[in-house]
Amino acid sequence: MGSRASTLLREEEIEEIKKETGFSHSQITRLYSRFTSLDKGENGALREDQVNFRGFMRTLAHFRPVEDNEKNKNVSNTEPLNSRTNKLHFAFQLYDLDRDDKISRDELLQVLRMMVGVNISDEQLGSIADRTIQEADANGDGCISFTEFMKVLEKVDVEQKMSIRFLH
Amino acid sequence: MGGTQGSVLFFGLLVIISRSLANEVPTLETSHSTTNATSSSSGHETAVISTLPIVSWKWHHVSEPYLVALWILVCWLCKLVIEANHHVTNIIPESALLICAGFILGGIIWGADLQQTFKLTPTVFFFYLLPPIILDSGYHMPNKLFFTNLGAILVYAVIGTCWNAASLGLSLWGCHKGGAMGELDIGLLQYLLFGSLIAAVDPVAVLAVFEQVHVNEVLFILVFGESLLNDGVTVVLFNVFDAFVTLGGAQIDAVEIIKGIISFFVVAFGGSLLGFVFGLLMCFLTRCTKNIQIIEPGFIFVVGYLSYLTAEMLSLSAILSCVFCGVCCQKYINANMNENSVKTVKYAMKVFANGSETMIFVFLGISAIDKTIWVWNTGFILLTLLFIFIYRFIGVFIQTWILNRFRLVPLEFIDQLIMGFGGLRGAVAYGLAVMMDENKIKEKNLMVSTTLIVVFFTVIVQGIIMKPLVKWLKVKKATESELTLIEKVQNRVFDHMLVAIEDISGQIGHNYMRDKWKNFEEKWMMWLLMKPSARKKQDHVFNVFHQLNLKDAVEYVSEGESRGSLEFIRNDSAIIDFKKKLGEDIFDTMPDVTADTSFDHGIVLPDRRDPVPSVSLEMHEQTMNGLREMEDLNSHHLLQEHLYKGRKQHRHKFSRNHLTINTDEDEVQEIFQRTMRRRLESFKSAKMGMGPPKIISKHTKKEQQKAPNGMKRNSGDEDFEFSEADSASGYDPSYSYRSGGGIENPAFMADLDPVVPVQIPPWLAEAELYSGAVSPSQRAQARPPLSAGDLRRLAPLRISTRSTDSFMMADIPAAEQRRDSFDLPPPPPPPPSKDGRHQ
Repeated sequence: MGSRASTLLREEEIEEIKKETGFSHSQITRLYSRFTSLDKGENGALREDQVNFRGFMRTLAHFRPVEDNEKNKNVSNTEPLNSRTNKLHFAFQLYDLDRDDKISRDELLQVLRMMVGVNISDEQLGSIADRTIQEADANGDGCISFTEFMKVLEKVDVEQKMSIRFLH
Repeated sequence: MGGTQGSVLFFGLLVIISRSLANEVPTLETSHSTTNATSSSSGHETAVISTLPIVSWKWHHVSEPYLVALWILVCWLCKLVIEANHHVTNIIPESALLICAGFILGGIIWGADLQQTFKLTPTVFFFYLLPPIILDSGYHMPNKLFFTNLGAILVYAVIGTCWNAASLGLSLWGCHKGGAMGELDIGLLQYLLFGSLIAAVDPVAVLAVFEQVHVNEVLFILVFGESLLNDGVTVVLFNVFDAFVTLGGAQIDAVEIIKGIISFFVVAFGGSLLGFVFGLLMCFLTRCTKNIQIIEPGFIFVVGYLSYLTAEMLSLSAILSCVFCGVCCQKYINANMNENSVKTVKYAMKVFANGSETMIFVFLGISAIDKTIWVWNTGFILLTLLFIFIYRFIGVFIQTWILNRFRLVPLEFIDQLIMGFGGLRGAVAYGLAVMMDENKIKEKNLMVSTTLIVVFFTVIVQGIIMKPLVKWLKVKKATESELTLIEKVQNRVFDHMLVAIEDISGQIGHNYMRDKWKNFEEKWMMWLLMKPSARKKQDHVFNVFHQLNLKDAVEYVSEGESRGSLEFIRNDSAIIDFKKKLGEDIFDTMPDVTADTSFDHGIVLPDRRDPVPSVSLEMHEQTMNGLREMEDLNSHHLLQEHLYKGRKQHRHKFSRNHLTINTDEDEVQEIFQRTMRRRLESFKSAKMGMGPPKIISKHTKKEQQKAPNGMKRNSGDEDFEFSEADSASGYDPSYSYRSGGGIENPAFMADLDPVVPVQIPPWLAEAELYSGAVSPSQRAQARPPLSAGDLRRLAPLRISTRSTDSFMMADIPAAEQRRDSFDLPPPPPPPPSKDGRHQ
């Protein structure tokens, strides 16, 4: 199909993505055109982070709204990417930069620093971070593991807070 | 219960008094007072006096305000009686009981007077009783929730109300034509008018019933928002049909109908716009009221009320105006005003709103006991009830089905049921019904009677059923607990995440809009409407943290207090002083607290110089007096700030460095160690030592053992040891140190109790020792970032301690001073070898 074969979306790919992520056909094509417009360099990937289209779709799939009929459709063992656990895992990974499955105080501090204004000193931020960890840390290791993270957020309506409507 | 009966008797008596007094106005007789309330001797109302009256009976002089006040008292006494027993109020909602109380009172008056002298008149209702409730709703409206669901709310409010009105009017008319109601002189237009006034869901009733049911927020905001916003529609429909009825059927043509539709838009949007304008006005006002903080709260009420009246004057929707006024100004007012003013506004509004609601329900009950208005037409009344019920459910289901296709989180069936069931009618409908002109509408009394029955049915019957229904259907309840810090942080993260994802996936969604609005708001509106000092404090995460810290601090203080004031007194006048200042700081200066909150408390310590220990139980007194005492605190504050800044800048550089993990902690520890060492040295020189060098080395040894990552636990324990051994010495030297610094504090010299850590007020000790809680159990749980232990509870204190020290440095010979101004030199170039620590 020419030199741009690798960047064009093939039917089989669409099917795969559909199965993996749960997006509909039209959504996938629409997101693909968005992806290509973002991927100016025509590398098939965005920037040097090597996010290819599959990765792009996988990330976006976390944000699909949770649908009721999903439970019936999905017969495979794996949870759909937009299940509550997976959504929370995605959020968890935002904090856990070194991928050790724990949010340490410093990682939390970094995220907090990004989220607050300049009027807060590092010390205060440190206190906030400490306090936050204290609230969540069940086993007292000073880090928040994924289980602890999930437990602390069990009352939060993650399905709603972490979903957006994808246009068809 | 004797108390209840007594009070019932009492206000029954009051009612009789008022009635009899009211009757005396026209007769000018001396009162046949059946009560002991009147203490005056008999005085003739004649103008001719033969002798100087010592006291005279001046009823007519005070009749009006007296009656008003008396009625308010009576209504609130009803509420008191009703709330005395919670068993009853659990089953029957308070509003229903108030209506019943109204029945009783009305019965008493009727029995005495054979006419209903006191009724709920539209004027009183719409001008005096309704505005406080609406203002309160607007001011306390959860904005984010409201605007997120605004689309759904508007659909329900506008389309739903129109549907209700039209369907009811037409059905009744159809039934009339079909002969189900017998002979009635009501035309189609009048049916439509009736439909329009009874169609609207009432905010007062919804609040009263839903308040005790605690359904989940989305459901609540949908019903409640609908009840507020449908006023726009109701006003329009009522006025339109009223005008049509006046014009007569013949003159209604397309032009009129189009005008009707246009008037809807004008009324609704005009009302909202007017509300916004008044809201902005309010924000401006609060921005400038720094010097008159004492009457700041008053502005809110006055301007809010004016917004209501202005809209009423311009025949726009008054409720919408009031609601949007409150919605618009909430945030800025709360930021601009003094903490006390914010509290005042909040509580005063609740008082007025609750009081008004009580009076409305009582008077609804009273007004029902009036033979003249009752016209019974079984068909009309029963059909109305039936149709209202059915059409409400139908309307809700259809609209929700449409809405669910567009909503992110669809509304469940159960929620829809409750929403349909929650379509309560209330006093607004009654007020509108009474406002009708009986010349134009012959069957006004029938309509009023029907309205009353509908209102009673929905409030009483549906109110009683609501709670068990909610439980039976297992409706999702509202989240009871306050969000933890982590939840709040996470919510923010979610917000940011969604905006990013929306951006990436290239679509403009809800969150994008919200983000854009926030940016606009931050850039322009805050600049315009908020005090500069308030703008700085807007950080959400920090505010949460601040609240939590304050809560902890207050807890500590009260803990200490309850443990025995003796300890407080004996141990430390400083503590007490601290409390004094803390009280001031917290309760007075909260709004003035800038991001450098912690430093306000640094101001505390200079006061410790006060040689006379004073038990400050008068925290409140302090707050009363302390309004204008910020000036002298400010100078200290400035100094503190100045001193700290260097440190902050320095810190900032280091916290960015990922490689040195726990740098912050080390720094903090390091400073603390230096401070402690200094103190110990001075203490050693002043008193018999406790082996400070030993302790220090122990500590440093431990420090060296500390691995950069994860051996934090150990250091925690060791610090524990350090502090344990050192607790007293760590504590006392600071004071002796000060005394070394030339400040004689006799209270402390005698008070060196070296051994028991308990002696030391835990929070102070924490501050001093800086490495965590004193009690072993707490320590054992100390998290690796030890500073967390105290930071968690006493960040202000800790810093104050530290800064105090630096402050105290001023008194120390300059040689030490340089060394001690730990704020300035960066720790990484390790300060003099006395440290011996790795860094």
